[in-house]
Amino acid sequence: MIPNDPFPSLQLTAAGQLKHFLTLDGLDRALLTDILDTADSFIEVGERRIKKVPLLRGRTVVNLFFESSTRTRSTFELAAKRLSADVLNLDISTSATSKGESLSDTLLNLEAMASDMFVVRHSQSGAPHFIAESVTPGVAIINAGDGRHAHPTQAMLDMLTIRQHKGGFEGLKVAIVGDILHSRVARSQIRALNTLGAEEVRVIAPGTLLPTDVEALGCRVEYDMAAGMKDLDVVIMLRLQKERMEGALLPSEREFYRLYGLSQDKLALANPECIVMHPGPINRGVEIESAVADGPQSVILNQVTNGIAVRMAVMSMAMSGQVAERGQNQAAGEQA
Amino acid sequence: MTQPQGTLRIIHGRLVDARGDSGSPQTLLVRDGRIEAVGADAEQGPADRVLDASGCVVTPGFFDLHCNLREPGNGQKGNIASETLAAAHGGFTTVCASPETSPVNDSSAVTHVILDVAASRSPIRVLPVGAVTRGLAGDLLSDMAGLKKAGCVALGNGARPVANARVLRRCMAYARTYDIPLMMTPINEALAADGYAHDGLVASRLGLLGIPEVAETTALMELLLLAEETGVRLHLAQLSSARSVAMVADAQARGVAVTADVAMHQLLFTEAALAGFDSRFHVRPPLRTEADRQALLAGLRDGVIGAIVSQHQPHDSAAKQAPLGATEPGLSTIESVLPLGLRLVADGQLTLSQLVAALSHGPAAVVGEQALLAPGQTADLCVFDPRAPWQASDHALRSAGKHAPVRDQVLMGAVRYTLREGQVVWQAVD
Repeated sequence: MIPNDPFPSLQLTAAGQLKHFLTLDGLDRALLTDILDTADSFIEVGERRIKKVPLLRGRTVVNLFFESSTRTRSTFELAAKRLSADVLNLDISTSATSKGESLSDTLLNLEAMASDMFVVRHSQSGAPHFIAESVTPGVAIINAGDGRHAHPTQAMLDMLTIRQHKGGFEGLKVAIVGDILHSRVARSQIRALNTLGAEEVRVIAPGTLLPTDVEALGCRVEYDMAAGMKDLDVVIMLRLQKERMEGALLPSEREFYRLYGLSQDKLALANPECIVMHPGPINRGVEIESAVADGPQSVILNQVTNGIAVRMAVMSMAMSGQVAERGQNQAAGEQA
Repeated sequence: MTQPQGTLRIIHGRLVDARGDSGSPQTLLVRDGRIEAVGADAEQGPADRVLDASGCVVTPGFFDLHCNLREPGNGQKGNIASETLAAAHGGFTTVCASPETSPVNDSSAVTHVILDVAASRSPIRVLPVGAVTRGLAGDLLSDMAGLKKAGCVALGNGARPVANARVLRRCMAYARTYDIPLMMTPINEALAADGYAHDGLVASRLGLLGIPEVAETTALMELLLLAEETGVRLHLAQLSSARSVAMVADAQARGVAVTADVAMHQLLFTEAALAGFDSRFHVRPPLRTEADRQALLAGLRDGVIGAIVSQHQPHDSAAKQAPLGATEPGLSTIESVLPLGLRLVADGQLTLSQLVAALSHGPAAVVGEQALLAPGQTADLCVFDPRAPWQASDHALRSAGKHAPVRDQVLMGAVRYTLREGQVVWQAVD
């Protein structure tokens, strides 16, 4: 068989620095820890009266959202502004592509605006990879969620939340519950937890909501939620989309809630210090009981605060990776 | 095309066909577009022209059962002139043109257009494959006997299934009446749905929409059972899974008149080719696992699969310049088939004779022809240098589609001459 070109280098410089942030695949524990540590240092910025640092001063960040999302987009916008960047929000889902313009043509137009960073959300898995391969060198691409593939900033903010509450990842038992098949968040979380050294990752769902060979991603399958909750330190609930009933993946919301919804009874089966997470937006009464979502074990609101810090971290790291690479290329050019 | 008169002696070439491999250099004599003599017999008497094939392999011209020429209707992706020239560059002397044109080749009028254009623009032979259902829609029979009379050598439904089993059964019964071979791709559309990658580890990791193996095998089972019942000559196009090979072997052992082919890229690549979201490898059927690849190769060695096809699908660059799932399926392969096949020979997966058989005599037999280096055969020949480096650069490719499977590496094997009826239709320039 003829091997393909190695691809993890797409998001790393020759020196191993982040220059795009597309996926957690191919990033090692040291780098993920670096992201978490950097995010920690930015949390303090959010508590100041003047919530700004000048790391991206004079830079232009374009939020390129091909799929609409208020929450993720606004945390990226806040993160960029706290780094002193100029921010342009483009909601492409309602403009260019609906007029039939191809993604390549849209990008050519945006590059003419001399942007330094694109934050990309797209319904197609791999769209940020495609953009990273096609843009001018020097422009950083941050994945804000692509199809079913990855949502690396969401996963890293979840890791930050877990680290804040548990101190680390050694010995942790974590379960992800619900629609794993369609979830880019779950794929990134499974990768992050494995890389950071969690003891066990379980996925709890019916067979119709699990990807083929999901165990090979680094997790154990549990169909029975009661068994899956045993000894848990962290439980992550995923949002269930209403369309899943129409696609014949599930019989009804009611049956799903009865079997996989996180109620107080089921939470009681986990460790008493088990924390409850949810990437949001929450469907109360579909995947999680209100009393649990608002209860003492829930850390759902912390996740929102951490989101800004993590996004500041990856944006500043990717930008400095781009700058470093440009410097190396220039030095190489002068030598030659 | 006018037949060249006179004699041509091809000397110092290693002769390889489905029956064997001369090993040492031999002579082949062509008279009036046909092979006159081979070996010592070919060395007697004078010849009008001599072609020195030193260091080269001489084989029957390659025969492709599945090629998209994109004409009529898709000029931005290629046309009969560009794609048949690419085929000649790849060593092919006959290509079967897929019915997936616009309009679909479901009437004798479209068949005539293809044959007329080919007669004036193609350096090689073009054999149209007609649509078995009108518009390839899978619900009404096309004018099958009329298509055969117009020159279609087989009928098929392109990459699409005839999903309604009752219609499929009637297609087979009707085709059987007029002894028309059917070339069908086993695909269950409900299971394949919007998928664009093998439903396996790579798709799960990258969040790609999967096409499960059962999308092929459930459709294959239906095709095999209906072919057995109706007695139609069934050719299965582009198998992709180990289970399919086993099912076809089983049907052949029961005496069902079924043959099968596999696309060259299925023999070299697996789902791993998609790991970097490389849209070139968005192909249908999808590239599957290493175990599937090995089973397809074993199927070729055992004779269960008799033909390797190019499944050449040229595209304009825009069709491939998008996120993976938004791209169009297919590779531009026809010029890479030989060097990729020689890679399999170098790896010990196939003998040179097995490779040549699967690219010439095997596919020709599906439409009732032969392709051997034997006296009396049409002098459709390929002369290639197995040790010459070749790279699929934009410049090297004659196809309008530049998305060849291997672009960044130099491959071994370059066609020196392609001869159609004894006449050189492709000659490499050094």
